[in-house]
Amino acid sequence: MSRRKRKPAPPRDGSESRMPLLSRLAHGHAQVLVFTLGQLSIKPLGTFLTALVIGITLAMPAGLHLLVKNLGTLSHSWERSLQASLFLKEDVDDAQAQALSQTLRTRPGIDQVRYISRDEAMAQFREHSGFGEALDILETNPLPAVIVVFPDPKQTPATIELLVDSLAKLPEVDQATLDQQWLQRLYAILEIVRRGVLLLAALLAAAVVVVVGNTIRLDIENRRDEIVVMKLVGAPDGFIRRPFLYTGFWYGLSGGLIALILISAALIAVADPAARLSGLYDSDYRVAGLSFLGLLSVLGGGIALGWLGAFWTVSRHLSKIEPT
Amino acid sequence: MDPIIEFKDVSHRYQNGQDVLSRLSFSLAHGEMAFLTGASGAGKSTLLKAIAAMLRPSSGQVIVGGADLATIRGGRIATHRQRIGIIFQNFNLLYDRTVFDNVGLPLVIRGWRHQDIARRVRAALDAVELLGKERVYPLTLSGGEQQRVGIARAIVAKPDLLLADEPTGNLDPEMAQDIMGIFRRFNEVGVSVLVATHAIDLIRQLPYRLIHLEQGRLSEQGPVSHGDLHVTP
Repeated sequence: MSRRKRKPAPPRDGSESRMPLLSRLAHGHAQVLVFTLGQLSIKPLGTFLTALVIGITLAMPAGLHLLVKNLGTLSHSWERSLQASLFLKEDVDDAQAQALSQTLRTRPGIDQVRYISRDEAMAQFREHSGFGEALDILETNPLPAVIVVFPDPKQTPATIELLVDSLAKLPEVDQATLDQQWLQRLYAILEIVRRGVLLLAALLAAAVVVVVGNTIRLDIENRRDEIVVMKLVGAPDGFIRRPFLYTGFWYGLSGGLIALILISAALIAVADPAARLSGLYDSDYRVAGLSFLGLLSVLGGGIALGWLGAFWTVSRHLSKIEPT
Repeated sequence: MDPIIEFKDVSHRYQNGQDVLSRLSFSLAHGEMAFLTGASGAGKSTLLKAIAAMLRPSSGQVIVGGADLATIRGGRIATHRQRIGIIFQNFNLLYDRTVFDNVGLPLVIRGWRHQDIARRVRAALDAVELLGKERVYPLTLSGGEQQRVGIARAIVAKPDLLLADEPTGNLDPEMAQDIMGIFRRFNEVGVSVLVATHAIDLIRQLPYRLIHLEQGRLSEQGPVSHGDLHVTP
C-alpha cells in the first residue's frame, strides 16, 4: 500500500518569528534581569533601605560565624601550646631525669620534651620572681626538677589527658599537671555559641524571606492593574512571576554585598587592636576574614533567600489576582 | 465549518444569587462578525468573560476554537487568551509604558524577536491609523486614540477571534464610527468578531448578525438591519 506523504502543515501565524525555546528563555530572563534592575534604580532610596535591612540581617550570623571561627582557630593555637609538667621526686638525680627525658622523647603522642633541673628551676625562679635576695637565705633548693612535656598537637584534649595520667604513674614522677580545664570550658562555650549562631542564622534567614516577601507583596499590589492586563492578553503565570523573582534576586544580591561590606568594615576595625592584643601574648595571630567559599555563601545565601521570599509571596498572591 | 464559539445551554449564577445567563445557546461561525446587544445587566459582559475564560459558567458548555473551556486549567487558560484579542471599554492600557510597549506586549509574552515585534507593532498601529505614535505614552492620547491602541494590541498577534466589550462606550459618535470601521476591516480579512454594545444606532445599518440578550436569555437573532430592537443603555 502506497502511503501518501502528508504535506507539512503551515506554521501557526507568527511561529516563524519565535526564537528557539532555549534562546527565548535566555533572552526573556536576561531582559527581565535588566528590566528589574532598572525598575529598582528608579526608587534608589527605597531599594537601598530594603537592601540595607537584608544586608544587616545577613551580616549578623556571618559576623558571628567569623567570631566563632576566629576563636576556634585561636583556641587551637592555644591547644598546640598545651604542656604537661612532670614534677620529679626528690630522690631522682640528674642522670635519671635525663634518661627519663630521653625515653619520653621516643614515646608516641609526645612532640617535645624539655628537662629543667632543680638548679635551672631555681635560676629561673630567681630571675622572674623578684625574690632573688630572699632566696639566698635558703640553705637548700626546695624546687623539684621538672620535665616539661609538649604533647603532639594533633591529639584531642581527651587523649592528651590520658597521656598525662599515664605519665603521672611513672615511678620517677611525683606529680603531673595539665592545665586545660579553661580550654575545655572555652570549647564548651564555643560549641554553644556555634549552635546559637546556627539558630540565629535560621531565624534571620526567615526574616530575610519575610522582608523580601513583604516588599514584593507591596510591589504586587502596586502593579495589580498591570498584572490583570497581562493575564488578559494571555501572559502565563511564569511570565508574570519572573520580574518579581528577579526583583527578589536583586534585593538578595545587593543585601549580600552590603553584608560583605559590613563584615569587611568590622574586620578592618578590629584587625589592629586584635593584632596588638595577640602581640602582647607573643603570638602572631591575625584575625581571619571570610574564605572564598564564605563570600560565595553570603552572596549565594542572600540571592537564594531573596528569590525564595519573592517566590513565596508571588505564589501566594498571584493566583488571587484575576481579571474580573 | 465548526463554529469558533459555541454556547450549549449555558447558565451562570453569581455568588450573590443573581442569574445572569439562563440556558443560553448560540454559535459564531469562523470569520463571522456579530453584535451582542442588551440592556445593562442583560449578561453581555458575562458572556464575553465566559468566552475569555475569565469565569466558569455554573452549567452548560462553552466551546471556543474547538476547546471546551470547562476542561482547561492554569497555563492553558493563558494559551487560550493568546488566541483571542480582547478590547475593553476602559481600554486597560499600561499607562507607564509607551504605545509601542503596550501594543507589543502580546508578542513579548510569546517570546518574539525584537525586530519582529517592531515590524508587527508598526503594522498594527498602521491598521488603526496610529503609526508614528509608538514612543508616546497613552495618557497623552485622546480616548479614541487610546481605544485604537487597545485594538492594535488585540490584533497584533493576528488572533482568530476578536472580542470587544462596549468598545465605543467612552467615545464620541465620530470616533465610535471609526472604531466600528476598524472591526469591519478585520472581519473582511477573516477574523471572527463579537462586539458587545449599547450603541444600537451605530450598528443599525450594518449587515451583521445581532445577538440580543434579555435578562440572560437570547431574545432575538438576526441581521441588525432587519431587527426591530430597543436597547436601553
